[in-house]
Amino acid sequence: MSKTIYEKPKSLTDTTFHYCPGCSHGIVHKLVCEVIDELCIQGKTIGVEPVGCAVTAHDYFDFDVVQAAHGRAPAVATGIKRSLPDRIVFTYQGDGDLASIGTAETVHSATRGENITVIFINNTIYGMTGGQMAPTSLPGQITQTSPYGRDPHIQGYPVRICEMLATLDGPSYIARVSTDSVPHIKEAKKAIKKAFENQINGKGFSIVEILSTCPTNWGMSPVEAMKRLQDEMIPYYPLGVFKDVGEGNE
Amino acid sequence: MENCEIVLAGFGGQGILFMGKLLAFAAMLKGKKLSWLPSYGPEMRGGTANCHVIIDDKPIGSPIVTKPSVLVVMNKPSLDKFEDTVAEGGYVFVDRSLIEGEVTRKDVKPVYIKATEIADSIGNRGLANMVMLGAVLKTTGVFSLEEIEETMKKSLPAKKQALVEKNMEAVKKGYQTV
Amino acid sequence: MGEKVLMKGNEAIGEAAIRSGCRHFFGYPITPQTELSAYMAKKMPKIGGVFLQAESELAAINMVYGAASAGVRTMTSSSSPGISLKAEGISYIAAADLPCVIVNIVRGGPGLGGIQPAQSDYFQATRGGGHGDYHLIVLAPNSVQELVYLTADAFNLSEEYRIPVMLLGDGTLGQMMEPVDFDSIPEPVYAEKPWATNGTDNKREKNVIKTLYLDAPELEAVVMEREKKYDIVKQELQRYDAHDTEDADVIISSYGITSRVVETAVQILREEGIKVGVIRPITLWPFPEKAYKQVHPKAFLSVEMSTGQMIEDIKLACECSAPVYFCGRTGGVIPTPDEVVQKVKDILKEVG
Repeated sequence: MSKTIYEKPKSLTDTTFHYCPGCSHGIVHKLVCEVIDELCIQGKTIGVEPVGCAVTAHDYFDFDVVQAAHGRAPAVATGIKRSLPDRIVFTYQGDGDLASIGTAETVHSATRGENITVIFINNTIYGMTGGQMAPTSLPGQITQTSPYGRDPHIQGYPVRICEMLATLDGPSYIARVSTDSVPHIKEAKKAIKKAFENQINGKGFSIVEILSTCPTNWGMSPVEAMKRLQDEMIPYYPLGVFKDVGEGNE
Repeated sequence: MENCEIVLAGFGGQGILFMGKLLAFAAMLKGKKLSWLPSYGPEMRGGTANCHVIIDDKPIGSPIVTKPSVLVVMNKPSLDKFEDTVAEGGYVFVDRSLIEGEVTRKDVKPVYIKATEIADSIGNRGLANMVMLGAVLKTTGVFSLEEIEETMKKSLPAKKQALVEKNMEAVKKGYQTV
Repeated sequence: MGEKVLMKGNEAIGEAAIRSGCRHFFGYPITPQTELSAYMAKKMPKIGGVFLQAESELAAINMVYGAASAGVRTMTSSSSPGISLKAEGISYIAAADLPCVIVNIVRGGPGLGGIQPAQSDYFQATRGGGHGDYHLIVLAPNSVQELVYLTADAFNLSEEYRIPVMLLGDGTLGQMMEPVDFDSIPEPVYAEKPWATNGTDNKREKNVIKTLYLDAPELEAVVMEREKKYDIVKQELQRYDAHDTEDADVIISSYGITSRVVETAVQILREEGIKVGVIRPITLWPFPEKAYKQVHPKAFLSVEMSTGQMIEDIKLACECSAPVYFCGRTGGVIPTPDEVVQKVKDILKEVG
């Protein structure tokens, strides 16, 4: 007798990912869909996809999806959630989308304690447009638009979104996780699950920042990219839970 | 005078817009056509405020009064600004307590009321607008005292109904003074 | 007719929207439309509706995008500079074929401009305002009563055609009070929304609302399909008021509050025996071209609170069958009936 020990989540379609080899999007898509399956919310979920490499996430997600303008996903999600409070609404955004052009939408949906879940992919670069400097690019990082390395005196410093949002009273859960190793990926899934559970329990705004790789635009092999994430990104963007209002705090 | 084009002007906080609203509401109760148009913007207490009210039997075209048949002014800048616009033979109501200057035009009918002093005498300077209104009612006959009292009762919210009596006292003072 | 109430234009829009089934309003303060937001802030919580003051006009219009995606009747309002900010979201909403109502209580521009009434957003409104091949249905009321009627119409039309509708007013209409009757406004006609992203409940295929098409022929096909819809709207929806056009030497066109100034001018001119007529567009898009095919004046005159924007549509509509003149003020200045009267007399000297 055979036993199923692994299967693709139901909430994920059969469409082959267009993402580059070694990119973290595939991992995170799967984690999100596993969580949706485990919480039995596929039929209630509405995803809001960003502008960036995940702009066609609707090809992979097997539930209702709305495509937002660049940076506006939290506002779109707010509109949906306020119209359909019993539905589960999440945004899936990259660093350019969430931490640059959409900073206002991010901060204000957080401070309103909007009862949505935000999945934030931080890979320190603009992927879709071909490797430009992101708000989260590290000091010294070479990109198309910081060809001599990001100089904080000229281009400013990276934005630490979790730390920044943790100063607000509105959010209920803020965590930073990583996709660089199996233990970290398991941690990431736990955080994502909690962020969705919080919404189900009406706890308000939850955000999970997921440190991710972009080997193509970093000019690295997938293995080198994972090493950069470990050696350079995690020291600058420490992992952990920055805010958790915990049980019983409605 | 049943139909008229009125400009009311003064400082913000004098109740200029409220005076206009009462006239507009009274016109509605009477089944007249009307429009009420305020100046707007950063006109806080102490700034200038004005409003245009048109009362007619036929539909109102432009709600902007360019040649008022009735001008009510409660500060000097407003007299200076609007005196020239008044239609020939029109009325100019001036709060004598606040405006020292005279109406210079000879082809309009000036009416001077010491509205603010009269309002002070009944214990509330804020009712000077109602004193002015009383003078307008008596002089133009646009509405009767009863019609204005009815208007106040119907237009003021429940929590402000207590003000009707005091307002009417001021209106009557203005009515009797001209 | 029901009992009339005396109400400001801005507040009357709010009441009409609520009576039309709108329960989701997203706004951001700007003069001279703020009374509408304030009205919604006061009323919505009492009727189980949503009023949310967004962090910006950008966010407000995107909340509308989200709410419209979810399938509810939704609305936002602003004034000129704020509408420029909303233009991004409006383009996306049009591209996603979502119904919603956008109110523009126009003030003087460009830039921060002023706060006094203007009609200088005509191009922006009738040409879409944002990027790409698209149109909004643009309705231009000229009284508080018509604001109320057209607000109700706006929701119905928007759902019927799945086109965002802009209600184009101006500072005067928003601020003025007139008696208004709410009982006679059009009833809400709710469209089926099988396309809404409101959760599959595991009972249907997923819905996707998107505006990105990376394959050029695919995008072209989507745009052309929408264009067919616009053609239908152009046939079905041209609305206007016209009078005294048969014998008119000069036909005056104006919309919104300016048409009221024109009515006063026309009265003066007719009393002097001068033959003037009126075509007042009520839909600015689609422009009521039909009205201009049936008339034969010696001249047309466009009266606007701008430097002359509708004049182009009049020229296109009348196919230059007669010269089109312009009379207007801009920057927040309202033309007087006397200016219009004088302009008509000057025109008649030229065209005989």
